[in-house]
Amino acid sequence: HFGSSVASYFIFLRWMYGINMILFGLTFGLVMVPEALMGKPYGSLPRKTVPRAEEATAMNFATLWDFSGFAQYSVLFYGYYNNQRTIGWLKFRMPLSYFLVGVGTIGYSFMIVIRTMARNANEEGGGDDTSFNFSWKMFTSWDYLIGNPETADNKFASITTSFKEAIVEEQESRKEENIHLTRFLRVLANFLALCTLAGSGYLIFFVVRRSQKFALEGLENYGWWERNEVNMVMSLLGMFCPTLFDVISSLENYHPRIALRWQLGRIFALFLGNLYTFIIALMDEINLKASCLLLISIFNIYWLEEEKIVKYNMTIWEASLYNGTIPENSTAPPVQVDPADVPRGPCWETMVGQEFVRLTVSDTMTTYITILIGDFLRAVFVRFFNYCWCWDLEYGFPSYSEFDISGNVLGLIFNQGMIWMGSFYAPCLPAINVFRLHTSMYLQCWAVMCCNVPQERVFKASRSNNFYMAMLLFILFLSTLPAVYTIVSIPPSFDCGPFSGKTRMFEVISETLEHDFPSWFGKVFGYASNPGLILPFILLMV
Amino acid sequence: QDCTFFTRKEILRLHGRYHEMAPNVVPMDYTKDPDVKLPMQLIINMPELKENPFKERIVESFSEDGEGSLSFNDFVDMFSVLSEMAPRELKAIYAFKIYDFNTDNFICKADLEKTLNKLTREELTAEEITLVCEKVIEEADMDGDGKLGFADFENMISKAPDFL
Repeated sequence: HFGSSVASYFIFLRWMYGINMILFGLTFGLVMVPEALMGKPYGSLPRKTVPRAEEATAMNFATLWDFSGFAQYSVLFYGYYNNQRTIGWLKFRMPLSYFLVGVGTIGYSFMIVIRTMARNANEEGGGDDTSFNFSWKMFTSWDYLIGNPETADNKFASITTSFKEAIVEEQESRKEENIHLTRFLRVLANFLALCTLAGSGYLIFFVVRRSQKFALEGLENYGWWERNEVNMVMSLLGMFCPTLFDVISSLENYHPRIALRWQLGRIFALFLGNLYTFIIALMDEINLKASCLLLISIFNIYWLEEEKIVKYNMTIWEASLYNGTIPENSTAPPVQVDPADVPRGPCWETMVGQEFVRLTVSDTMTTYITILIGDFLRAVFVRFFNYCWCWDLEYGFPSYSEFDISGNVLGLIFNQGMIWMGSFYAPCLPAINVFRLHTSMYLQCWAVMCCNVPQERVFKASRSNNFYMAMLLFILFLSTLPAVYTIVSIPPSFDCGPFSGKTRMFEVISETLEHDFPSWFGKVFGYASNPGLILPFILLMV
Repeated sequence: QDCTFFTRKEILRLHGRYHEMAPNVVPMDYTKDPDVKLPMQLIINMPELKENPFKERIVESFSEDGEGSLSFNDFVDMFSVLSEMAPRELKAIYAFKIYDFNTDNFICKADLEKTLNKLTREELTAEEITLVCEKVIEEADMDGDGKLGFADFENMISKAPDFL
C-alpha cells in the first residue's frame, strides 16, 4: 500500500524480533528455567528473600511496576542467583551457564549483524549513483505493488515532485551558487546542533543529580513526576530534539538524501550522548546510595570499603545472635534465622539491571502514548473537525502525520542497545523486549494503515539498509563495552548473584577448567592463552 | 505450468480470477482449449491494475492480436512476467515493449513524453518535459541515433537498483 520504504521498516522490525526471540530463548532456557526449577527455592537463602523491612510493600502493584519487591528477588534479576557451582540432580553448572549465556548473546548478535551486512553488501551490486539519474526516474519510479487510489495519488505527487527536484538541481548545477553564504549557514546549523546536544546532556545530568537528592530525602515525600523524572526527561528529549534538528537542517540547503543522513547522524549522536551521560550519572548515583557519609573517591576502592563495612556488621549481628557468649573461633551449631532478617550487602548488579528495565518500560510506554496521541488522536481531530474549522485541516497545519521511518528505526536500534547492555544484569530483559516488539509490531501496523499518509519524500529503502546495519553494529559494540568492563575489572558483589565470592567474574571459567575437565586440558589451555599465540590469532581475524 | 513461473495451485487461482471477471463467457472447463478472449476494458478494471498508469500498454503488449484482448494463456503470461519469480532480463524485454508506445521497437522522444505524462499526470510544464526527455536520451542513448534501442534500454536498466 504505502510502497516499499514503509515495508522495509517492518521487515527490519521483524528481523529484530527474530534476533530477540533467539536471545530470549538462550537466556530463558539456559539461565532462568534451570534456576527456577533446580535452584534453591524462594525464601531459603538471604539473597532470595525480600528483606523484612520491605516485606509490607513487596506485593503492591506500584512496587512490582517499579521492579522492586517480589520482582527484584526473583529469577528476573542478577541478585537472585546462587553461587553454588552445580545445582540439581543434573549437576547443572549455573554460574558457568550464566557467564557463557551473557558472552554468547553478545557474540551471537555480533555474528548475525555482520553476516547480514555482508549479505546486503553483495546484493547491492554497487554502481554509480549519478549516471542514468533521469532515466531511472522515468522507468523505475512507479511502484507496481500499489493498489489503493489514495496511495496512487500520493505516488503520482511524489514522482512529480521528484522530477521537479531533479530538474531544479539540473538547472542549478548550470548556474553558479553563492558558496560563501551556504557554507556560513551550514557552519551555523552545525553549531546550533552541537548546542542542542550539549544542552540535552547537561539536562540529563542535572535531572539525575536531582533524583539522587530526592532519594536521599526519601521518595515518599514526592509525587509520581519526581520519582520518574529521569525516565520521562530522557523520553521527552528523544521526542522533541529530532524535530529541532529537522528545523535546523532547513538552514543547510542540502540535497534531501544528504540532509537525511545528517539528520540521522545527529539523532544518533543525541541518543548516544544521552545514554552515556545517563550511565555516568548513574555510576555516581550507586556510590551515593551506598553510603551518604563518605565522599566520592575511586569507584572500585570505594565499593570494597562499603562491602567490608557490611561484612563487619554481619559478623557483629551473628555474634549478637549467640548473645555474645561464644568466642569467634568456636564451632557452635548455626542458629536458625529466618532469611528475611539477615542484613544484606549492597547488590549493584541488580540495581543496574532494575534501572535498565525501568528505562525500557518507560520508553515503551512513551512510544505507545506518542502513537496514540500523535497519530490517532490527531487523525481523529483532523477528520472530524475539518468541517467546522477555519482553514483546511487536511492540507494545512496538523494534517495527517506521515510515518516517520527514520525516527522509528533509530528508536528500535537504540532500544536494542539498551537491551544488550542490560541483559547481563537482568536476564528478564530479552523477554520483556520480545513482548514489546510483538505488541509494537501490531500497534504500528494498525496505526500506519489507519492514521498515516504515505510519505512525500521518495526514500530509496534498499540503499539505506546497510546504513542501519552499520549503526546497529556500532551500538552493539558500544553497549557491550560496559558489560565486558565490569566482567573483567570490577569484583562482583559478595552477597548476591552467581559470581559472589569470587574476585572477578571470569574466574568461573578457570574454576570450571580445574574441576571439570581432565588436567591435560587445563595445561593445553594455559599454553594456548599465551599472548604470543593470541595476538597473531587476533590479527588473523582482523 | 512449463511455460510460466507459477505452480499448479497458482494457475488455478488465476483461472478463478479470470472466470469471475466474465462468468458467462469464460468456461470453467479448459480441457478443450476454447478460444475465449476478454476485452481490455474488463482487464484494466482489475484491482491490481486499476491504479497503474501503464495498464493499457501492459495489456496491449501481452495480447496476441495487439488490440488488447487477452486469452487465458496471455493472461497467465502477463502475471507470470510481472511476478517476482521472473528473471530480470525477461522483465526488461517486456518493459521495453510497454514503454514503446508506437511499437516501432525504439523508444523515441514522443514515447518518452507520453511516459512522463502518464507518470506525473501532466503536472509538469512543457519545457520541463522537454528537458527531462532530452536528459534521458543524453544519458541512455549509446549509439547516438537520438532514440533508445533495446540494447540501450537493457544497458541502463541492468544497472538500476530497484527495477521490479
